[in-house]
Amino acid sequence: MSYEAKRLIEIRQGVLSKNDQLAAELRSRFHAAGVFVVNLLSSPGAGKTSLLEATMRALLAEYRVAALVGDLATDNDARRLARSGGLVRQIQTGDMCHLEADIVARHLEGWDLNELDLLFIENVGNLVCPSGYDLGEATRVVLLSTTEGEDKPLKYPSTFATADAVLLTKMDLAEPVGFDRAQAEANIRAVNPLAPIIATSARREGGLAEWLAWLRERITTQGEHRRTSG
Amino acid sequence: MHELSIAHNIVNIASAAAAEAGAEEISAVHLRIGALAGVVADALRFSFAIAAEGTPLANAELIIEEVPVTVFCSTCNTEVTLPNPRLFRCPQCGQPSGQLVHGRELELVALETP
Repeated sequence: MSYEAKRLIEIRQGVLSKNDQLAAELRSRFHAAGVFVVNLLSSPGAGKTSLLEATMRALLAEYRVAALVGDLATDNDARRLARSGGLVRQIQTGDMCHLEADIVARHLEGWDLNELDLLFIENVGNLVCPSGYDLGEATRVVLLSTTEGEDKPLKYPSTFATADAVLLTKMDLAEPVGFDRAQAEANIRAVNPLAPIIATSARREGGLAEWLAWLRERITTQGEHRRTSG
Repeated sequence: MHELSIAHNIVNIASAAAAEAGAEEISAVHLRIGALAGVVADALRFSFAIAAEGTPLANAELIIEEVPVTVFCSTCNTEVTLPNPRLFRCPQCGQPSGQLVHGRELELVALETP
């Protein structure tokens, strides 16, 4: 074995730089096609699919809506969402606990993005792993359900700190489960002082009004930005 | 447990860099990991040992520099380091701040040969 002095090989590269690059390409494609993309994150069972079903149903008259739904296994969520009338495709991740940009890109094949206004990406239910993976989304929305405890934001700061909006879900169950809304909001505020906190109920009539208004405003803002920037 | 997929990324990037530099064996891998990167160092070490098997990194040690969370405080008009990553509040003036500057890093900094 030849003598070799100990040396340092400098790299200085993001470990997820490949994902970041693919996400940037996706973001350009979405922007060029005028699609507003929402990445939905939460723990399993926080109500992403119910929220999405009700949201898609409410917005179908205004926008051309599609959803990619990530799950470890089964296509139950996609079948549920298809009832809303929007375009839906299931992503089965197998044993992967999060979505990555290349998985999203592969599952967009065959869809004409120019024919869409709004795309939801329902991430795998998990409050840790998805947070580091950019999917090219315009906005990242995190759900916290009334049934899972007020301290989730403090336990999973990496996900809550990077949210553009935090939705409290299953508000219709807040009373029966003794949900302390003020405490939950204080915990969200501790790790994310800026994101709006919006209380929702997918089951209750009018339970989504504020969320839909926030979404419409964001979609309009992106549309205006796109027009003025050519 | 996405640490295994992160470990595979590290091994891929590092193996390519080692080959390019003509290094046959790597003894240490220097990483910078933000407090909000969502990565558990112990889980990453465990996963790395598996991912590195049969590569020039098989005997490499992971040397992890933890990057604390820093935010820009608009009241103090400066970048401040948060003593607690679960409280986004300027330690100087006490104002809430959500303008994250550092803390999400997941960077492969350098490799060392024996």
